[in-house]
Amino acid sequence: MNTESAALQPDASIRTIGEGYAERFGFSMPNRSIVKTSQGLTEETVRAISKTKDEPEWMLRFRLRALHLFQTLPMPTWGANLSQLEFGSMTYYSKPTESAQNSWDALPLDIKSTYERLGVPEAERKFLAGVGAQYDSEMVYHNIREDLKKKGILFSDVETAVREHPDLVKRFFGTVVPPDDNKFAALNSAVWSGGSFVYVPPGVHVDIPLQAYFRVNSQAFGQFERTLIIADEGSFVHYIEGCTAPVFSKDSLHSAVVEIIALPNSRIRYSTVQNWSSNMYNLVTKRAFAYDNAIMEWVDGNIGSKVTMKYPAIFLMGPGARGEVLSIAFAGNGQEQDTGAKIFHFASNTSSVITSKSISKDGGTASYRGLVKVEAGLTNIKSKVECDALILDPHSRSNTYPTMDIRSEQATMEHEAKVSKISEEQLFYLMSRGLSEEEAAIMIVNGFIDPLVKELPMEYAVELNRLIELEMEGSVG
Amino acid sequence: MQEGLIIRGLSAGIENKRIIDALDLEVPDGEVHALMGPNGHGKSTLANILMGHPSYVVEDGKILFDGENLLNLKVWERARKGLFLAFQYPAEIPGVTVSKFLKRIADLRRNPPRNTSVFLNELKENLRMLDIEPAFVNRYLNDGFSGGEKKRMEILQLLTIQPRFAIFDETDSGLDIDALKVVAKGINHMRGHGFSALVITHYRRLLDLVKPDKVHILEKGHIVASGGFELVELLEREGYDGIRRIVANPANPEIREAVYEH
Repeated sequence: MNTESAALQPDASIRTIGEGYAERFGFSMPNRSIVKTSQGLTEETVRAISKTKDEPEWMLRFRLRALHLFQTLPMPTWGANLSQLEFGSMTYYSKPTESAQNSWDALPLDIKSTYERLGVPEAERKFLAGVGAQYDSEMVYHNIREDLKKKGILFSDVETAVREHPDLVKRFFGTVVPPDDNKFAALNSAVWSGGSFVYVPPGVHVDIPLQAYFRVNSQAFGQFERTLIIADEGSFVHYIEGCTAPVFSKDSLHSAVVEIIALPNSRIRYSTVQNWSSNMYNLVTKRAFAYDNAIMEWVDGNIGSKVTMKYPAIFLMGPGARGEVLSIAFAGNGQEQDTGAKIFHFASNTSSVITSKSISKDGGTASYRGLVKVEAGLTNIKSKVECDALILDPHSRSNTYPTMDIRSEQATMEHEAKVSKISEEQLFYLMSRGLSEEEAAIMIVNGFIDPLVKELPMEYAVELNRLIELEMEGSVG
Repeated sequence: MQEGLIIRGLSAGIENKRIIDALDLEVPDGEVHALMGPNGHGKSTLANILMGHPSYVVEDGKILFDGENLLNLKVWERARKGLFLAFQYPAEIPGVTVSKFLKRIADLRRNPPRNTSVFLNELKENLRMLDIEPAFVNRYLNDGFSGGEKKRMEILQLLTIQPRFAIFDETDSGLDIDALKVVAKGINHMRGHGFSALVITHYRRLLDLVKPDKVHILEKGHIVASGGFELVELLEREGYDGIRRIVANPANPEIREAVYEH
């Protein structure tokens, strides 16, 4: 019998959990910032951030040019509703501690206990190769296993990389997502702070994941981390990010830029479980370049936030490259999840798969927005796009905006889209076995996303199922 | 209190249409009864009403199970009391693995829940009995199953839950002889004190393997005849028309032993 007992254990996934977001993630600590810019965004703000970081001149110039772009680029005219986003009333930089530590005990008590409540140190002990923890604007904790450090893997905040590995940073920083890409990429480029820098040397496989946890503690605050991951030839790395924030009445903004370079024959998997509080605008630009025979995978779970606009992109730059995006979105009351994927085939013999699942309930809107583009003159291109939406009640919405721009004749494209509801027959069947109506509905929803959740590390899979339960509580019956 | 199922004067239907009409039926504990009847006369409706399907409205009557009126209970409360329905068309639940599902429903029904190793041993035993490949339990519940696989899955759930009363809604329809034997084996395995069942079927072949204690014929929402296994033979020979004639003339000595008007 090949059933293992372990496979039976995540019954946590179908247990009803009594606590809500507010208790588990939505708590806040007193503001303890040691450096903080004043409200709003001007050239002074940018100069102050750069000065605090004691940056080289080239980075300051990069920021100032980006600020100018931010001020001139238009707001996107498509996608989610951003009309209530107030740039002027936010704080753009808040530094909580003097420097990043590599021991949890060295952190101020309130910060340490924040991460303990979120289970980050425990996860590090159990199943991670390295952890970075960002608190408002700065990474306050960064650690990687000694053996991995010895293999030449670099894992730090981006500021450290700017100081210690300027050649690598200068070569790649801002090349995958240039500041003029869009208004929010420009904003991030102007005020970026924190985020992870990862470099994996040729042929090195990091068998267990690296993780970064992003926590916003301040109110009406903008977090602008910047992540740069470089997998050198033939290497492998799995990077996970998680994010949460306190529940406040004023809106906050999280606008990250993630740049990934998968050099020939390497493989990178980047998994996100985004669970921002319901007052967060989450407007993120994520993009990867995959060179010859490289594999890039985005696993993107969006549970929280007020508004999310995020379309992880893969540019297939060399022959044999392969890209995959798996995305799960959950839109509840007052939430708009506008997510999807972008794939550009720039070389022959490249393939891509986009699988998107969304759930909307209580008036939430989940939209899939995707683009697959194949350049002219290429041969042997394969792409498959599959979108499934589950709508739990008549007040909720699901939209699908798939775009295909195929300029090459030797391309095989597949597209499937499906919208479904929980059927009465499914509920009755499960209830006839003793499950309450609520548990039956949760089981059906968890089953709907299971093929994607399976792709997450076990601990995150359980967590995602728990989050779905919290969101589903009281929604039926 | 009488153990088992007692239905008294049940009238029920759907959207102002009465399907079950003043129906009386008793299935005492330890007995297996067959329910036969033409299509569209209320057999499946009765099965769904017993389980508590929300689409049906009960206008009148009582359904007592171990002395308690089931009509006051929700679907899952009935299930936890020990009622089980083997569906004619089991729903597909993608993404929920069979093993996880079986563990959960076993825990819900049995108190205290089995620990995992006891559960796994029972599961192995049941799989062997029903001639099911072990890899089956890693599949998603009924998702893409063939008709025969779905029916085996229902019987596997029966053995896992060990209900006190089971309704088999045409579990035998569309099955080949091997699958039919598996279904019969499952039902016979459950048989005994503390278990009773209502087997809804059109065909004799399952009843030959299960040998019901009593046979009922349902027409126009009403039990028109009840008897022993002879009734199955009579039905096979005479058809429902023949049963109607006989019921209309109960004085006929040849069949008086086999049939009485309910």
